[in-house]
Amino acid sequence: MMKLKVGLIFSRLRFEEKLLIQEAARRNDVELVLLNTNRLVLDFDALPQVDVILDREISQSRALHVLNMLERNGVRTINSFDAARIGGDKVLTSKQLWTAGVPTPRVKVAFSREAALRAIEELGYPVVLKPVDGSWGRLMALIENRIAAEAILEHKAHLSSYYHGVFYLQEYLQKPDRDIRAFVIGEETVCAAYRCADHWLTNAARGGKTFACPVTPELDELCVRACRAVGGDAIAVDLMETKDGLTVHEVNCAMEFKASLAAVETDLPALLIDYCVRAAYRHRKEGS
Amino acid sequence: MPSCPECGAVLELGKDVIAHEIIDCPTCGVELEVLSLDPIKVELAPEEEEDWGE
Repeated sequence: MMKLKVGLIFSRLRFEEKLLIQEAARRNDVELVLLNTNRLVLDFDALPQVDVILDREISQSRALHVLNMLERNGVRTINSFDAARIGGDKVLTSKQLWTAGVPTPRVKVAFSREAALRAIEELGYPVVLKPVDGSWGRLMALIENRIAAEAILEHKAHLSSYYHGVFYLQEYLQKPDRDIRAFVIGEETVCAAYRCADHWLTNAARGGKTFACPVTPELDELCVRACRAVGGDAIAVDLMETKDGLTVHEVNCAMEFKASLAAVETDLPALLIDYCVRAAYRHRKEGS
Repeated sequence: MPSCPECGAVLELGKDVIAHEIIDCPTCGVELEVLSLDPIKVELAPEEEEDWGE
C-alpha cells in the first residue's frame, strides 16, 4: 500500500504531539514526516514533499509562514493558512463570527489609549482587555473601573510588541464559574469538556479543571458554524453559558487537548489523523 | 543516566520517550527538552515566547 505522507509541523513536542506521533505509527497507511521548525529551512525550490500538513506549531508566526508556503505549493494544510491567520487574531475571529451570525461577545477595537478609554466607557464596566494574538489567558485584564482602565492602558503602552498597540476590548458577560471547550473535526463536534475555575479565567493553562460536557444538538450546531466562520477543518471552540444562551468567545486552530482528554472518552488523536488522511485523499482526487 | 541541568537530579526517562519531547523534571519541575536519545541529551526547554499559543 502506498503510504500517505502526513507532515507534522512543531517546535515543542508536547503531550498532544506525542499522542499524534504514536497514532500515526500505529497506522499502516500513514508515513509521518516530522517538521521541527527549530531545524527546518524552507527553500522555495525544495519544499518538504508531503501530502498533507497538520499544524501543531506553538509559534503563530512560524506556523503561518510554513502553512502559507506549503499551501501555495499545492499541499493540503490542516488548518489552512487563512484559518490559522483568523484563529490567531482575535479581531479577525470576532469579525468572522459576528458576520456569520454566531453569538459572540460585543467587541470594540481601538489603536490609541484615548480611543481605547472611550471604547471601554461605551462598553461599560467591567470590560475585558485582551492581546490580539494572545493565548492561555496571557496578559488578559478584567477592568472594573476608570482608574483601573487608565492604569492598565498606560502599562500596555510600555509593552514592547506593536501588537499591544491594538486594544481589543470585549464586553464582560456573566457566566457560571466554568466555560466549555468543544472540539470540531470536519462537520462534527466530536466532544466537549467543561473547564471550571474559581478565577474568571478558566484556561486549562491557568489550572482550570475539566469535566465531560454533553454535545447537545445546540452546542454541535453552534460550534460547527463557528468552525465554518473561520474556515477551519479541526478547531477547538471556547464558549460561555450566558443568560441568553451559548456564546462563542474564542476559536483555537492548533488546539490543545491534554486537559480535555482527561475528561472525555473520545480518541482525538485518532480522529485528527483520520481526518488528515481523508482530506489528503480528497485533495489529491480534486487535483487530478 | 542524564541529569537535570537546573537542579542536578538524575532523570529516569520512560521507555517511550522520543526525541524533542518536553518533559518535567520530577524534582524541581522545570521543563526540559530531550534533544537526542543516542546519546541521551537533555537541556532546559525554550522559554515561552510572545506568539506562542494555540
